[in-house]
Amino acid sequence: MTGPARTGIPAPHPAAIIAFVSSILASFGLTIVYALGGQPQLEGTLLAVALGGLGIGIVVWAKELLIPEEITQEREPEPSPSAVREAAEAALRAGGEQITRHRLLARLLLATLGALGLAAVFPIRSLGPSPGRSLFHTEWTPGALVVDDVGRALGIHDLEIDSVVTVFPEGHVGSPVSQSLLIRVEPDSLTLPPERLAWAPQGYIAFSKICTHVGCPVGLYEARSHLLLCPCHQSTFDVLRGAARVFGPATRSLPQLPLMVGADGLLRARSDFMEPVGPGFWDRP
Amino acid sequence: MIRRLVLWLDDRLGAAAFARQALRKAFPDHWAFMLGEIALYCFILLVLTGTFLTFFFTASGQDVVYHASGAVDASLDGVRMSAAYASVLQISFAVRAGLVMRQIHHWTALVFVAAIVVHMTRIFFTGAFRRPREVNWIVGMSLLLLGLAEGFTGYSLPDDLLSGTGIRIAYSVALSIPVVGTWLAFLFFGGEFPTPIVIGRLLVIHIMMLPGLLTAAIGVHLAIVWHQKHTQFPGSGRTEGNVVGSPLWPNYAMKSAGLAFLVFAVLALLGGLVQINPVWLYGPYTPTTASSPAQPDWYIGWLEGILRLFPSWDIRLFGHTIPGPFFPGVLFPAVFLTAILLWPFIESRVTRDDAPHHLLDRPRDVPWRSGVGAGVLTFAALLTLAGSNDVLARFFGVPVERITDGLRVALVVVPAGLGYATYAVCRDLKAGERLPERARFRIRLRRAAGGGFEEEDAPGRAGRSETGGKGTS
Repeated sequence: MTGPARTGIPAPHPAAIIAFVSSILASFGLTIVYALGGQPQLEGTLLAVALGGLGIGIVVWAKELLIPEEITQEREPEPSPSAVREAAEAALRAGGEQITRHRLLARLLLATLGALGLAAVFPIRSLGPSPGRSLFHTEWTPGALVVDDVGRALGIHDLEIDSVVTVFPEGHVGSPVSQSLLIRVEPDSLTLPPERLAWAPQGYIAFSKICTHVGCPVGLYEARSHLLLCPCHQSTFDVLRGAARVFGPATRSLPQLPLMVGADGLLRARSDFMEPVGPGFWDRP
Repeated sequence: MIRRLVLWLDDRLGAAAFARQALRKAFPDHWAFMLGEIALYCFILLVLTGTFLTFFFTASGQDVVYHASGAVDASLDGVRMSAAYASVLQISFAVRAGLVMRQIHHWTALVFVAAIVVHMTRIFFTGAFRRPREVNWIVGMSLLLLGLAEGFTGYSLPDDLLSGTGIRIAYSVALSIPVVGTWLAFLFFGGEFPTPIVIGRLLVIHIMMLPGLLTAAIGVHLAIVWHQKHTQFPGSGRTEGNVVGSPLWPNYAMKSAGLAFLVFAVLALLGGLVQINPVWLYGPYTPTTASSPAQPDWYIGWLEGILRLFPSWDIRLFGHTIPGPFFPGVLFPAVFLTAILLWPFIESRVTRDDAPHHLLDRPRDVPWRSGVGAGVLTFAALLTLAGSNDVLARFFGVPVERITDGLRVALVVVPAGLGYATYAVCRDLKAGERLPERARFRIRLRRAAGGGFEEEDAPGRAGRSETGGKGTS
């Protein structure tokens, strides 16, 4: 590669020339593609050629044309010489003593900084409201109509056996906290605690849709096995046993929504859920 | 011209003394020393592409109706969504060069964290964290944590169905912290999930707070490397007291600049040709739906995995609950990451070695450390795998319960086994090197005139015809 140039400089490496020229051409191409309206695949490819040509050219230059040089340098030990260390320590101490010898003032200074720090913490409180009891209730109220995701009230003839629909309290369609699953099963197949049997009139049973693990919507229902499956972490709940957890990291059953049938044949909530819905938290009993 | 500028600067800053030394600073050459540089160049590209994206992103959870601009997003025309999601669709379809910028940004984020992890792996297995570099190990570990947080906040911004579910999970994990969890979650989210305000907060964290901290920490990291000088592998002329390598100017600077552009080129190619995070396929986030299968970006996979594998334990006491997700979601990562952070001190306590080291180990030189490293990497890899247990179940046609139980067992057995195997291999390699007689197993063959092979007589291996017999077959 070392051609007989007049100053003894090695001839330019052909690979570097090709690389740089390709890069220039790709950059022009990029401009044209952009001006014509852009095209993601072409943009990416041309940008890659423009950058890659530049990179290859520089690497070839570094490897082939620079004079390889290996230099050896001494390391200084990390610690400073002991005299320097002592001098630094003495300087720190001498200055510090000028402050600490006024004991009252020094303590007051600390107290002042502490008080200021405390005062400065309080604006953090502005970031959000107090949790209060908000995690303990939803928008389900006694007598609230059970409506689907377009707000249509659901009655006892609206679901086939083994079908499922996401429901909300009337007036709160799409509510993230009140979202529930309404499932219709054969009434005889349910195994529920006695006090909760009345909550599932004619096989219509409803559960909070929020997974008790980390709150994903429990979106998958396998009608054959009557299992509800959370798509996030595979917690599985058995509908026939009151959405008891059968597998996965969730620790609690899905809360059951007490239902009743009104005189008009429409499904209504008897009340709100009897326990907080969704993932656990410290104040949950 | 250059001369006058240099003189002008030196007159005012006295920069010549520094420049003279800096330009001739020795940088040891080894391919493995470039891994950290790859991370650095990824960061630069992230800032460049990210700045472009910021000009078009709307950090708002406010409801809007989307108007499609082409054929790809036609199915989303008229759909209600957050302004954030709509602006990401616009970046992808309406902003010229927007999609390629977005995809390069995302790919670079994936490679950024990967480069940091591989770089730290190199540091670990070569013992480069030992005194006096414990401080820089801690700075580096902070960079990894900042990188993880950057990644998570970044991919949460588009407010698509996948990322919204991720935020949902993060909220619930925050909620699980004993005593203060509810308050923490409410303060950060500005109320009970979901809140329209959180995207704006994530953006401030993603484009201001974390990049600021990253920039500062990278500065400290490089300044310490510069000041302490780079480590080097043992070799002729290399001692604990010197550093042997290429001068910064021009050799090392040119090579490093070349590497930078090659890294950019690969990422541009990925961003242009390999689709990443196609949010228009996931749809806008709604709290009542979730996609399946749902996996986070790769570097969050280990956290997703432990959430899936951890047994369902709630602790209830005195009318309070410590919710199950606290243990895998908060406690485990805190302990795991703290142990890695403190590793230099743990090791020096175990080995009672507090001496400064500038010459690197090879992995075989300290078999027990390499064993621990292999075990920890295997552990993290298995957790990442567990983050896709539903995908694995579908792929192998096995119930997800089997996969989960199998992974729980594997999580204990496989890291221990691979860790021990690594230890044993390193120990044998190390022992083998100490025996000079190994040389006698080297056989030199010669092509015979008749066409076959015959053994050459080599010094020191006379009388070992049994191995010779195999060699000439």
